Amino acid sequence: MPPLVPNRHRGKLIVVEGIDGSGKSTQLSLLSEWLRSQCIAVAFSEWNSSPLVRETTKRGKRKNILTPLTFSLIHATDFADRMERYIVPLVKSGAVVCADRYAYTAFARDVVRGVSRRWVRNLYRFALRPNLAFYFRVPLEVAIGRILGGRNAIKFYEAGMDLELSRNVEESFRIFQGRILDEYEAMIQEVGFHVIDATGSIEEQQRQMRDIALRELGESLRNGVMRSSPGEIDAAQAAARIL
Amino acid sequence: MLLKQPLEFYSEPLCGVDREELQGKLIVIEGPDSVGRSTQVARLRTWLEHAGHAVLDTGMARGALAGKGIQQAKEGNTLGPITMTLFYATDFADRLENEIVPALRAGFVVLTDRYIFSLMARAIARGEDRAWIERVAGFALIPHAIYYLRAEVRDLVPRVVLGRGAFDHWESGMDMRFGADMHDSFVKYQARVIHALDRMAKRYDFVIVDATKTPDQIFRELQRSIGKLF
Repeated sequence: MPPLVPNRHRGKLIVVEGIDGSGKSTQLSLLSEWLRSQCIAVAFSEWNSSPLVRETTKRGKRKNILTPLTFSLIHATDFADRMERYIVPLVKSGAVVCADRYAYTAFARDVVRGVSRRWVRNLYRFALRPNLAFYFRVPLEVAIGRILGGRNAIKFYEAGMDLELSRNVEESFRIFQGRILDEYEAMIQEVGFHVIDATGSIEEQQRQMRDIALRELGESLRNGVMRSSPGEIDAAQAAARIL
Repeated sequence: MLLKQPLEFYSEPLCGVDREELQGKLIVIEGPDSVGRSTQVARLRTWLEHAGHAVLDTGMARGALAGKGIQQAKEGNTLGPITMTLFYATDFADRLENEIVPALRAGFVVLTDRYIFSLMARAIARGEDRAWIERVAGFALIPHAIYYLRAEVRDLVPRVVLGRGAFDHWESGMDMRFGADMHDSFVKYQARVIHALDRMAKRYDFVIVDATKTPDQIFRELQRSIGKLF
């Protein structure tokens, strides 16, 4: 397994992974607020958000012309753009970059779509290795309950409808997410996830994340990464928002 | 005389493709920028059609999915080398699955102006890892023949100047600033591309064609060789 690129920079990279409805985004947002409250420079990077590639991905999805291979490649292109333009320069600068989903999303999802495990792992070999990778473990039914309760429509590719698992969107979503869950579970050791029980209370999960962050990165968070003095906290927050 | 056998993939079989169904011929014309590939592709197409073959010609960044996005990205100034490589790989995959494979199924001669080799050579010229990009591109079909139109940089420079009359930002590798200006960067970058292609020649079984010969001589050489594929 190609090990990704070790982070030799001042800044740190923290990523969260898990199936839709695992609560990972909520937790990452709480963690970043906490880091900011410690006057640490924090930046965010979301999956599938490169302005350079967005139109192409949208075209593919709108016209329904993505195959498992092009789906995988266009998302890797998006990821590469964010890696080259945002994540690496920010980590070099000393910021803590928080990524909502990372290469592991592709390791799970693209493999379920039908590309090989080996191929997709090689594809992302240019990625910076995270300093912390949290995996939010949640039973399928709990996640589905959260998703279906929270919004009205599941999108075509989100439900894995391109795989023709079922003509029923909800059923397709269920099968697709179940398979993604299996892939995540199978890679825990390989990629070194910190597993968080995502059925626990929000507060309990957050406490665990902060404990792990302090245990693993405490010294760098105190002395290594980019900080502002307590008086400059507002400026740091404003700057982080712009980033 | 070639034995009739199904096309193969380099290392990563495409899902949903039955190789036995691919009845056509896949012919690749490779070579650096301005070496005269498109002239030869156009002449070969006419010749093959006159001989009764249905021909699909295709080339880089012409796909329905990513062609437009690549053009737009190249108009900006922020396209990084890995992003560019993967954008082109996306376009190639799209054309392979949606144009090349269907045409081969239908028994066409697919004549492609560049294939994965230029994509890989450009990536390698920009300092990316050879093994990485070779594995990424491993889903490509192994062509029936790959013609590498080979020339030195000193042969390419006059073609650029006398042809288009100006150096191109991307063909000069200016995104990487290989030299102080477009000329210097072009010379260094294209030399790296040619070196990368040279290193692939044996491994990928390129037929090397001396591109300093006249277009007529090159065309006849290609005709003779392609004729043997049928």
